[in-house]
Amino acid sequence: MHEPEEPPAWEGGGHAAEGESLLDRRSLLAGTAGLVGAMLLGSVTPSAEAATEKLPEDPTRVPGAVPSAYGQRSAFEKSVRVPRSWWSSLTPLQDSHGILTPSALHFERHHNGVPTIQSAQHRLLIHGMVDQPWTFSMDDLKRFPSVSRLAFIECSGNSAPEWHKPAGQTAQQTHGLTSTSEWTGVALKTVLQEVGVNPDASWMLAEGSDAAAMTRSLPLASILEEAMLCYAQNGEPLRPEQGYPLRLFIPGWEGNTCIKWLRRLKLGRAPFMTREETSQYTDLMPDGTARQFTMVMEAKSVITSPSGGQRIQPGFQEIRGLAWSGRGRIALVEVSTDGGRSWQQAALQEPVLPKCHTRFHLLWRWNGEDVILQSRCLDDTGYRQPDRATLVALRGVNSVYHYNAIQSWHVAADGQVNNVHA
Amino acid sequence: MSMRNILTVSLSIILGAGIVWAGGQTDRPERTHGYGLGRIATDQEIQAWNIDVAPTGEGLPAGQGTAKQGATIFAARCATCHGPTGQEGPMDRLVGGAGTLASQHPIKTIGSYWPYATTLYDYVHRAMPFPAPQSLSPDEIYSVVAWLLYRNGIIAEDTVLDARSLPRVSMPNREGFVPDPRPDVPKP
Repeated sequence: MHEPEEPPAWEGGGHAAEGESLLDRRSLLAGTAGLVGAMLLGSVTPSAEAATEKLPEDPTRVPGAVPSAYGQRSAFEKSVRVPRSWWSSLTPLQDSHGILTPSALHFERHHNGVPTIQSAQHRLLIHGMVDQPWTFSMDDLKRFPSVSRLAFIECSGNSAPEWHKPAGQTAQQTHGLTSTSEWTGVALKTVLQEVGVNPDASWMLAEGSDAAAMTRSLPLASILEEAMLCYAQNGEPLRPEQGYPLRLFIPGWEGNTCIKWLRRLKLGRAPFMTREETSQYTDLMPDGTARQFTMVMEAKSVITSPSGGQRIQPGFQEIRGLAWSGRGRIALVEVSTDGGRSWQQAALQEPVLPKCHTRFHLLWRWNGEDVILQSRCLDDTGYRQPDRATLVALRGVNSVYHYNAIQSWHVAADGQVNNVHA
Repeated sequence: MSMRNILTVSLSIILGAGIVWAGGQTDRPERTHGYGLGRIATDQEIQAWNIDVAPTGEGLPAGQGTAKQGATIFAARCATCHGPTGQEGPMDRLVGGAGTLASQHPIKTIGSYWPYATTLYDYVHRAMPFPAPQSLSPDEIYSVVAWLLYRNGIIAEDTVLDARSLPRVSMPNREGFVPDPRPDVPKP
């Protein structure tokens, strides 16, 4: 499927109806559970559900909810993922604080749905150009020395509709295929050393156990220092939509290379030339050639507040946003409040980590005039996020992937913020 | 030095760095079994999952098919998503688009874009039909692949595709791919 061309799944049509009925059933069950809980505990300690139904006039005068087995956010918070296509959903970046993405709001991109897998039965097979073919259970993998890091994953199709026109209304719609988590697992290198790789092996096929048996060929020397086999995200086992129980993670590379539901690694001498690295994740240039194995996600930034769909009031505003680079650390973020004529340096919020979302801020006073807000970032390799005209002049508008141009938000005199190409 | 040689040499250096373990330091790329985890995989385990097909043809199973046989299978199993002639959609267009890649409205299909015929076998087997992946037999897959290549004007209607002939099919866009030249944006 060509992801950017797919129709939205949750807006109208049969799928929306299915989603609704599922939701109804779920809230029905939750309601029943709440009722049973209240019955068990007696009527003096209302459940979280009851609390939302009966908001106390003064919470200091009634006992609150009891501890719960698995926490939920406040019932008054409504920020959610929204679909971009049949098989992807977008992180609500405009509602996020700090650099971490809650696991429940991490963007999704899968190629034939989220499989149901039991960790106890899952195996990782490593074969091909190895000393001996080897298989690991999840328990085996968890016993290896562990590694952990904060890093982003961005789908290479993030912002793809922006190649042609200002398509997304909100920061979620324009940039929501990127998220940051703490990823924990075992270093790929550790596991490959356990198995023993033939020194002539230079490519590795990674394959998932989803209904697409999703695959990518990866140049081994380029990934060996940083690639991880991850079983945890933000302190708990991976979410099913993030690859439970095991995913490959290559910091800074296209999200599709971080194969989810990982079941197989095959070592070889050459790329395996699967559909994903030939007809799918390749970038068509105006001269008709296509760039292949365009793995790294280049530096990119977006102002998340004020951003598209919001309405601001005159006076003090903290301009907030995120910047990230697949090549390293963010070194500098600059903000323009005049459509790119002048730039001011934004403050970077610690921690500033390599290949990780970095939060930036700039104090600003809006005087009610028509303005265009932009951000641009520079990473520690000296790469600077390009403006749209530069990127389009280099690549045309048909390469689908890797759109990282400066985002422009137009603030109208009435305070309404909209996505524009400036 | 070719890209592959560079990768191989770098890999040897990286793996050769070795790990420090109770028994001393290893500087060889051979396996360490330092942690004693996992076990040798059985042939059956490998066969069950070893479904990839390389451009050399490695991984192609026994079996065969022609476009004539493929027409029936495509109509029954593929046309709902890809259209009766592989051009109508609603999902990916598979046929046509020759000569459009350098135009303002490129049409990327098997005929106009895909560099290897072997990838077709791999992908149809692993991921198609969308509601029932891995449900087609090798003969059915060779047949559907033959029909798709025939409709794109790449092979004749009576060409028999099998493990020997499929890797020899020459795809029109075989030379259309270039390595990643980025960063392509001028430095500040």
